[in-house]
Amino acid sequence: MSIDTTAAPADEKYHGLTAEQIEQLGAELDGLRQRVLADLGEADAEYLRKVVTTQRKMEIAGRALFYLPVIGWVPAVACLSVSKILDNMEIGHNVMHGQYDFLGDPAFNSRMFDWDTVCPGEQWKYSHNYIHHTFTNIVGKDRDVGYGILRMDPDQKWHPYYLGNPLYAFLLMTFFEWGVALHDLEVENIVSGKRKLADNKPLYPGLMRKIRRQALKDYVLFPALTGPLFPLTFAGNAVANLVRNVWAFNIIFCGHFPAGVASFSEEETADETRGHWYLRQMLGSANITGSKLMHLMSGNLSHQIEHHLFPDLPARRYPEMAVEVREICERYGLPYNTGRLHQQLFSVFKKIVRYSLPGGTAKPAPVRGPGAVTDDSLAA
Amino acid sequence: MSALISPPAPGGPVGRLLRSRLAAALATPHGVDRYLERFNPMWAAHEVRARVVSVHRETTGTDSAPVATLTLQPTSTWRGHRAGQHVLVGVELPGSAKRLTRAFSISSAASAPGEQITLTIRAHDEGQVSAYLVRQAQPGTILHLSQAQGEFTLHESPATPTTNHLLFITGGSGITPAMSMVRTLLRDGYDGHAGRKVTFLHFARSAEDQIFADELAAIAAADNGVDVHLRHGDALFSAFELRRLVPDYRETDTWLCGPAGLVELVKEAYADAEGVLAPRLRMEFFKPAVARAAQSADGAELSGEVTFTRSGASAPASGTSLLEQAEELGLKPEFGCRMGICFSCTRTKTAGTVRNVLTGEESSLPDEEIRICVTAAAGDCHIDL
Repeated sequence: MSIDTTAAPADEKYHGLTAEQIEQLGAELDGLRQRVLADLGEADAEYLRKVVTTQRKMEIAGRALFYLPVIGWVPAVACLSVSKILDNMEIGHNVMHGQYDFLGDPAFNSRMFDWDTVCPGEQWKYSHNYIHHTFTNIVGKDRDVGYGILRMDPDQKWHPYYLGNPLYAFLLMTFFEWGVALHDLEVENIVSGKRKLADNKPLYPGLMRKIRRQALKDYVLFPALTGPLFPLTFAGNAVANLVRNVWAFNIIFCGHFPAGVASFSEEETADETRGHWYLRQMLGSANITGSKLMHLMSGNLSHQIEHHLFPDLPARRYPEMAVEVREICERYGLPYNTGRLHQQLFSVFKKIVRYSLPGGTAKPAPVRGPGAVTDDSLAA
Repeated sequence: MSALISPPAPGGPVGRLLRSRLAAALATPHGVDRYLERFNPMWAAHEVRARVVSVHRETTGTDSAPVATLTLQPTSTWRGHRAGQHVLVGVELPGSAKRLTRAFSISSAASAPGEQITLTIRAHDEGQVSAYLVRQAQPGTILHLSQAQGEFTLHESPATPTTNHLLFITGGSGITPAMSMVRTLLRDGYDGHAGRKVTFLHFARSAEDQIFADELAAIAAADNGVDVHLRHGDALFSAFELRRLVPDYRETDTWLCGPAGLVELVKEAYADAEGVLAPRLRMEFFKPAVARAAQSADGAELSGEVTFTRSGASAPASGTSLLEQAEELGLKPEFGCRMGICFSCTRTKTAGTVRNVLTGEESSLPDEEIRICVTAAAGDCHIDL
């Protein structure tokens, strides 16, 4: 509970909020969480089942359309791409967060579900649900800051290796599912000596099993079932995986890398309270504005701020919660980082290029509302 | 689409194909059933579900705990059951959309694969699942089933006839597995004429509360070698009475199923001087209820025992999280964030009452998944750890 009030930089980072105000902020967010939690029920179950039904139908349609030579190929790839995107984002990511564990349905239980990518859900949950969501944007602890291969923050020490930042980002986008799968092997920590190669041994069997199954399905069995159309089906499945890779990469990179998103040091966050944790999640995430379809296709990760505040609540609730979170931000004089997809992407792109070179400074985020917290704004 | 495809027969070509390694490889990582269920809940390759065919009220009067028999049509994946076995039934409760799963004995005679079965269920005051099944389930309702399980079964069969005397002692809704056995015996022509005697001793709260009253009366009246003895009201089991009905009861194959009070009395009668039970006594255990905590109005006072069932360790409920309590006992459960967001520490609470320390919400549901880092005991509780 001890908060070092003499440290001016930390104070600035938290937008001048006092310890009491930060705890009050935490209490308000807890209250919001509580209200939504109490309201969970049939509507959430129905929504999830509807999305799953759509995804399964899309997948079956996609697999079937490959039998239609020439004219079927593009619609087949489109259906399969949508199926994989829905499966990975609105269904897989959210179910494996435990958002639907409350249903008690084994099909949607975070410990049983696995998604249609080469990354085993079991391994992803450790690095994502635990490491990334607990230590969000703490440089040196959150391995999602640059994913161990990119320089995305001025506090990451520059090295000539990072001149390749744009190239690495492009490769990561193209092979994103493989990047996610290999992320758990913590290669950068092995290179730096923080992790032993032997530590990875227990991960190999699960990883290889998942890769074998995914490759067998997409690159052997379904193509073989279309007989002479094998090469077309093979290529179509590869393109669908690529489309999903590019889309998922773009959405996810808009979550924590647009300009104005704050990062933190291990010292700053050593004695965090629950209020501080909430505040760090708010300052360390960014949203994307867009249509309902965009939110669905992004698995509601377009509401990254709400997702990081309430990672275990069903993502379909984030849009309604965003209204209140935004209002809270304005009252507390905090930034609420959001923008259209192309704006956020451009901002991320600039960062990737800028930090390939030495130096760089973090840009402050714009604050809406009165700009500073006052007794009046909190009483409102 | 659904009109073109009939439910897959278990042994038929479609069923075999759906259960093949090829189908599993194509449906990875979700599995074949995750696709079939989206089109028709009665299509399954591995899982078992059932459609409620009819609901029949068993007890008369306006009892607070009515009993109903549900006839179920399982999916073709149902492998059948032996008389006396039970099945896990999962229902999605309206409103909360939560799936709850409870065990119920099958009351119908032994079934073959894919055959209809019946469950006879009493709507307990605190049993959400039993109350739903008895009061709200309707023809067409879909239930999730396990395969039949349990070893409280009848070993006799027409294929291996013996002249053993069979004795059933049951109380209340504990009659259901015994009923399945008697129905199986009678259906298969295994009656008193073949030189075997069956004695059925049952205790019910009242005549109005008697399950299967008409059928039991018919069985008693028929010439079949089955003696039915019904005891209603305050009649307690006594070894003296049992000895009169079945003099060598300790050497008789006996099936016992009923409330704890009855089970204790019968066990005493079957124990020798050293307290060893006669080997011919078979019992069906229902999960012992875990006491609710005695708590003062302000919730400050806490009593209860936390038991980690897998390790056998236990400690008085301290009010701290179950994760901390486990660690204090030297256990090393898996954990992550320790603040309730990452689900690494999720464990099953098999029984008892716990409180979510973030929400203050208390829950007494059996077999509930909880995050032990943000859950504390609110009385006696059993954790699978």
